[in-house]
Amino acid sequence: MAAIAHPDRNFKYWLISPAIFLLLLVGLFPLIFSLVVSFMRVTMLETDTSFAGLVNYVQLFHDARLWQSLLHTVLIMIIALPIELLLGLAMAYLFLDHLPGRQLLVSLLVLPTIISPIVAGATWRLLLDNRFGPINQIIGWFAGHPVPALWTVNPGLVYPAIIFCEIWQWTPFMFLILLAALSNVDRSLTEAAEIDGARFWRSFRYVVLPAIFPVMSIAILIRGLDLFRIFDIIWALTAGGPGTMTETISVYTYVQGFKQFESSYTAAIAFLVIALLTVIVTWAIRRMGLAK
Amino acid sequence: MKDVPFHRRKETKLVLRYLIAMVLVIIFVFPIYWLFAISFKTPGEIFSFPPVWYPKSIQFNNYAVLFKDGDAKTVGNSLVLSSVSTFFAMIFGTIAAYSLARFKTGGENLGVWIISQRMMPPVAIAFPIFLFYVWLGWVDTYIGLIILYTAFSLPYVIWMMRGYIEEIPLELEESALIDGCNRWEVLWKVVFPMARSGLFATAVFTFVFSWNDFLFALVLTRTEVTTYTVQVTHYFGGQSNFWSKIAAMSVLGTIPVFITVATLQRYLVRGISMGAVKG
Repeated sequence: MAAIAHPDRNFKYWLISPAIFLLLLVGLFPLIFSLVVSFMRVTMLETDTSFAGLVNYVQLFHDARLWQSLLHTVLIMIIALPIELLLGLAMAYLFLDHLPGRQLLVSLLVLPTIISPIVAGATWRLLLDNRFGPINQIIGWFAGHPVPALWTVNPGLVYPAIIFCEIWQWTPFMFLILLAALSNVDRSLTEAAEIDGARFWRSFRYVVLPAIFPVMSIAILIRGLDLFRIFDIIWALTAGGPGTMTETISVYTYVQGFKQFESSYTAAIAFLVIALLTVIVTWAIRRMGLAK
Repeated sequence: MKDVPFHRRKETKLVLRYLIAMVLVIIFVFPIYWLFAISFKTPGEIFSFPPVWYPKSIQFNNYAVLFKDGDAKTVGNSLVLSSVSTFFAMIFGTIAAYSLARFKTGGENLGVWIISQRMMPPVAIAFPIFLFYVWLGWVDTYIGLIILYTAFSLPYVIWMMRGYIEEIPLELEESALIDGCNRWEVLWKVVFPMARSGLFATAVFTFVFSWNDFLFALVLTRTEVTTYTVQVTHYFGGQSNFWSKIAAMSVLGTIPVFITVATLQRYLVRGISMGAVKG
């Protein structure tokens, strides 16, 4: 014990220094850099380095497109997240007991989660095509007549399109985590529940839920954060369109920074987003009792 | 068990569960099937109504085109960037995790600061990094993206590996020290082998995170180190989407991940659940 507890003085710092150096290099340093930029008037076209004070930050409040994009982000999040959670939970229950070929079925179900979000978006773009895509064809079978729905153009259909894709890709992630969590719950406590439904809900509420809650809340937190910065799927499906209809906060930030070249203003947006996320994460962690 | 009706009820339940499971598998796998199917279709089969549900013959034309045009090189770029950055993230991350786990370096605060780096929305830091990289001349270079991916993976690697290392009995390390190993040898001969399954699981996830990146590659590459995710989006738009290219490129970029995950599958479920428990 003594040998481990008292290392050669600098050994522990040698171990951690490459990691800290890299995190400072591309984590902290650019952040400080852009904090400075956010108080100036820099655009990519002209490098005016004069001090602008809070101008960029004040502008945030008058930017309707920014608040609209935040609204879109929250909208996608509050619809997709509960569906992913409930569907993932139901699927985890389905696979909890022995099932022939369980291993293979689970592996197949997890496939959407391991492909790139940009590929998921591209795939759904092909699936949802109004003329040659299979989805409209399949819907047509049920409707009894051809359905040429313009998924990525029609304002009423574009959100369902995005949310389908999102749910398809990430429900398996919820499923896998919840399956692992459920497998760890003591079966002797819940076995009676398999007999009738009423007992099922009771045992779920009072035995299973408290047991899986810590894992579940972290899964919700991870997915919630990911949904808050949703970019790839939207970029592949709609690129924020039609118009600015599906612009999320990440898409809007990207457009401001790399299409409009509003450097200083983009930096200010970035800090608004970081501040918002910090507040949300802190609240969520407290609320879920994750803080130690 | 003597109760026959109950027994039968259990069997019906099993059949029902199996049916639901099959339906779910079809729903979740069909899109991936469709992508693969398109990549083997002829243009006539792709652009037909009603849709052709499976290609009449498997033909590799769509892939051949990607290799002929040099677009397939972007998969190679992704492979280089992801493997090299995973390698460095695993080394630097694991030794840092060891430092945190065994010596409580920097107290609890340092660990929290490290994980907080991961919570930043990528787009919010992409812009500052872009400005920084322009200044350094690192835009569209391997070194630029490798450093970025390595750094971005570090918080995850450090937190995962810290958990795995804490499970290794301290006595093993002590006896190695007494046997005359120096501290680096302890790491190499005791800690790394003991944490092997954790190293594999963490490495797979790290690889997949870098592999799937789109935003940083979009912003920080031009022509030299374009990744396959960016290449896929190059086929979008205009009046014609190049469907065959989108599909073939997506499949090319998905195969390495399938292989990696399939090979190391037995380490993964534990990896995911550990990641979820330890955050």
